[in-house]
Amino acid sequence: MSSISELKNIAKHIRIDLLKSISEAGSGHTGGSLSSADIFTALYFNILNHKPDNPNWAERDKLILSIGHIAPVYYATLAHVGYFSIDELQTLRKLGSRLQGHPGKDHGLPGIELSAGSLGQGLSVAVGLALASKIDKKNNYIYCINGDGELQEGSIWEAAMSASHHKLDNLITFIDRNKLQIDGETENVMSLEPLADKWKAFGWEVFECNGHNIEEIINTVNTAKTIKNKPKLIIANTIMGKGVKSIENNHKWHGKAPSKTELEQFISEVY
Amino acid sequence: MKLEKNENKATRIGFGEGLRDIAKQNTNIIGIGADITSSVSMNIFADEFPERFFSFGIAEQNIVAAAAGLALGGKIPFFSTYGVFAALRATDQIRISLCYNNLHVIIGGAHAGISVGADGATHQALEDIAIMRALPNMTVLSPCDANQTYNAVFAAVTQINSPVYLRFGREPMPNFTPKNLEFKIGKGQIFTEGTDVTIIATGHMVWEALEAAKELTKQNISAQVINIHTIKPIDKTLLIESAKQTGAVVTAEEHQIIGGLGSVVAEVLSQNYPVPIEFVGVNDSFGESGNPNELMVKYGLKATNIVSSCKKVLSRKLKNY
Repeated sequence: MSSISELKNIAKHIRIDLLKSISEAGSGHTGGSLSSADIFTALYFNILNHKPDNPNWAERDKLILSIGHIAPVYYATLAHVGYFSIDELQTLRKLGSRLQGHPGKDHGLPGIELSAGSLGQGLSVAVGLALASKIDKKNNYIYCINGDGELQEGSIWEAAMSASHHKLDNLITFIDRNKLQIDGETENVMSLEPLADKWKAFGWEVFECNGHNIEEIINTVNTAKTIKNKPKLIIANTIMGKGVKSIENNHKWHGKAPSKTELEQFISEVY
Repeated sequence: MKLEKNENKATRIGFGEGLRDIAKQNTNIIGIGADITSSVSMNIFADEFPERFFSFGIAEQNIVAAAAGLALGGKIPFFSTYGVFAALRATDQIRISLCYNNLHVIIGGAHAGISVGADGATHQALEDIAIMRALPNMTVLSPCDANQTYNAVFAAVTQINSPVYLRFGREPMPNFTPKNLEFKIGKGQIFTEGTDVTIIATGHMVWEALEAAKELTKQNISAQVINIHTIKPIDKTLLIESAKQTGAVVTAEEHQIIGGLGSVVAEVLSQNYPVPIEFVGVNDSFGESGNPNELMVKYGLKATNIVSSCKKVLSRKLKNY
């Protein structure tokens, strides 16, 4: 297993490769991909029990990406962990590519658990997967990555109710809490706070962590796993655009692609 | 084929009994309740398999996507609520989580059509076929009586491995097909042979079509009655053959004319063998409260309406000659 310093280096390369793929595509979601890069690295290189050379292994942990628009970080991570070649990242969003603008399983990319892109559905799917594992008495975990703006979808709260009602303690979901969405700050577009209290009231065990500290992410998941009879939520406090100083915390970079010139500059900035 | 009414029985009972019996054979089947479990007859299954029934409350959007997750986890989930909510409240979840992922989930669209009766417009599913059939990967079933609904449940589990919308009604209606009548998804059934006009019907309207054919016989008009229990994929071959044989078609459904079985038939025949078509269905309006029969009369969904449409289409056919 990789050391924390190795994981940090992997996250850096995931950031560089996702920037390259979005720039080559000419469109795509840069901000949220960068804000969740450390969460993806922690999950795929440490937390998840999975086999990149056997994507359909029945006992694997499963990760559901509810916010399909951050596909670039999903693809870059899957490539780096060995599901397919890093070169293929350059086909993002092109005709005939397995790397659809939002994940589409029907195009055959290994490692994708769900075709997704319409907000507010992934947590429900994760609930169903977690319930199926419970029925089969499996020991695997189901993870989900949600966005913060996405929590404005009402169906999220239906899912939240059902997860605690059915005591799905094999379900751990992350909220990429970068506090920004397309129209601006989440608290101005449609306020989410007090976020932790809302989830607690829905019967979840709630944790918070620095979503850019890989060690803290891993430790938080390990603590979460010790809690029984409840689903677990990790509010990962992040910065949109994290890793490229000149675009950090700028909501205009939610769905914008770097030009060729910007790409060179951004890559030189990545830390 | 011997088609005679033995009893009145609601198609929803056929659904519940079918689900209970197929669940005996396939342990991966689970049921999801949306608060109206007995109303959609899923209690028949839940009473027998309480450990395989999960209550999810009044939350259709979550249910559909959670059912997708259960299917990804190797289960075959059945979810049922009134068709208005099953098909329309969670359409986006059906489109993306079910159909785009192409998962084997069976949605029971209950209380279909205007024959729901007194509950009125909000609860009468009249657009569900149009919406469900537009979705890629979706199979749409609309059996004609309780026995056939029972068989449709088995077909939905054993014949395909993709999303299914299974439509059925609330009221006891004539149960007339043999219990052992084969249900092959995608195959229409000729219930009555005829040469002058074809009546293509689905759901409760199939019985009305058979009644209409009897009346037409008395008037020396020979009507072929076709039961379409699978709206999608449609049995193109049968529709085209029949149009060639009779040269005139009437469709009949307890659904909006816009987008329903009539539209399917028009799409197929206009491209392959155009003949005059008349449509019996709800004509771009909401329903209302009333008893089921009163409503079927008011909205023009009785055998007599099919008879009139047959005469109209026959006059158009003759003009064309």
